[in-house]
Amino acid sequence: MSTITRRTALGAAVGAAGLALAGPTASAGAATAPTGAARTAPTAGSAAAGPAPAAFDEVYLGRRIKGGAPHGGGHHGGHHTGDYSVTIDGEELHVMRNADGTWISVINHYEPLATPKAVARAAVRELQGAPLVPLTLA
Amino acid sequence: MTVRKNQATLTADEKRRFVDALLELKRTGRYDTFVTTHNAFIMSDTDNGDRVGHRSPSFLPWHRRFLLEFERALQSVDTTVTLPYWDWTADRTARSSLWAPDFLGGTGRARDGQVTDGPFARSGNRWTVNVRVDGRDYLRRDLGAGGRQLPTRAEVDSVLAMETYDTAPWNSSSDGFRNHLEGWRGVNLHNRVHVWVGGQMATGVSPNDPVFWLHHAFIDKLWADWQARHPGSPYLPAAGTPDVVDLRDTMRPWNDVTPADMLDHTRHYTFDTAA
Ligand SMILES: [Cu+2]
Repeated sequence: MSTITRRTALGAAVGAAGLALAGPTASAGAATAPTGAARTAPTAGSAAAGPAPAAFDEVYLGRRIKGGAPHGGGHHGGHHTGDYSVTIDGEELHVMRNADGTWISVINHYEPLATPKAVARAAVRELQGAPLVPLTLA
Repeated sequence: MTVRKNQATLTADEKRRFVDALLELKRTGRYDTFVTTHNAFIMSDTDNGDRVGHRSPSFLPWHRRFLLEFERALQSVDTTVTLPYWDWTADRTARSSLWAPDFLGGTGRARDGQVTDGPFARSGNRWTVNVRVDGRDYLRRDLGAGGRQLPTRAEVDSVLAMETYDTAPWNSSSDGFRNHLEGWRGVNLHNRVHVWVGGQMATGVSPNDPVFWLHHAFIDKLWADWQARHPGSPYLPAAGTPDVVDLRDTMRPWNDVTPADMLDHTRHYTFDTAA
């Protein structure tokens, strides 16, 4: 079993190498990602077109939740998750913006919510006090 | 020939063999590699970038291959085992035999969501959640929390009635059968069931809950049912589409299989119903 940081996992997953975590990867396809958004003609309010939501920093049910532009600038070579990151007690919560402008996180992956703050709060409720941990791989 | 059966019809012996094969894959570590693969795709599949396993046309062929790989792993343990499917339009409460102690065990306790009965309860020490995104290493569920309801047969039929497989922009905002089945739009079938189960099933590491396989086996069956109702409706898109898997493009992580290869499930298994 190996442990990598969530940031490393995210970078590996969205990087040009594609799914380094999942074994052999295709060389074609990933390289087109940065321009793909323009070519698929997103409608207004999509991930590529919409403005970033407001930053937030609050204590919710005893947990410090923060959202906004990631420090370090998020140099992943693309805009897959938007230039927006969310943390709970300083640990990154992997979030993603849907094409219709709603948001999900790795904790509530199948239930879109209106804002990253709503996603952070939902994750806090779901965690019931448990810490987020760097992605642990088998 | 592999026949996939409705879980409600399994004999006690069939349930025991399925559970034992799951536990054996877990013991050897093979089970967790499937969880890792699923989560890696969950995190990298995006509406405006490369997308293969989710929120894209290949959601259905990708999961068909994923389930075939898993079923073969189970059969390497016990050749008689096949993937059961969970028809959640029929077995729609936490009192279903699916959640009994002789099969998957029940919902989690209030304090921490921990499943405390059945073969996957922490007390049995055979189902540590290793691939995880938070500190909790035990299986969790919250069946039907908040009064949520599973999709009805009428809702399923409304989605099966859709003529077109998928539409541009080929993501979570698309119209068409695939996205309504996946659940980002409309009555919401697949996504809603993940949320109804709760615990790990609501997260990117959802295959940690064995019910993942029974749920997706039913989603896979609904795809076959849709094909039977719409023999003239092809997989889409056909070719030349950025960021998504066209009919004859290969799918990661296997790179040796295309959606076209996955269209006919009867080459690999059949269902216990006349479809
Ligand atoms: Cu699923």
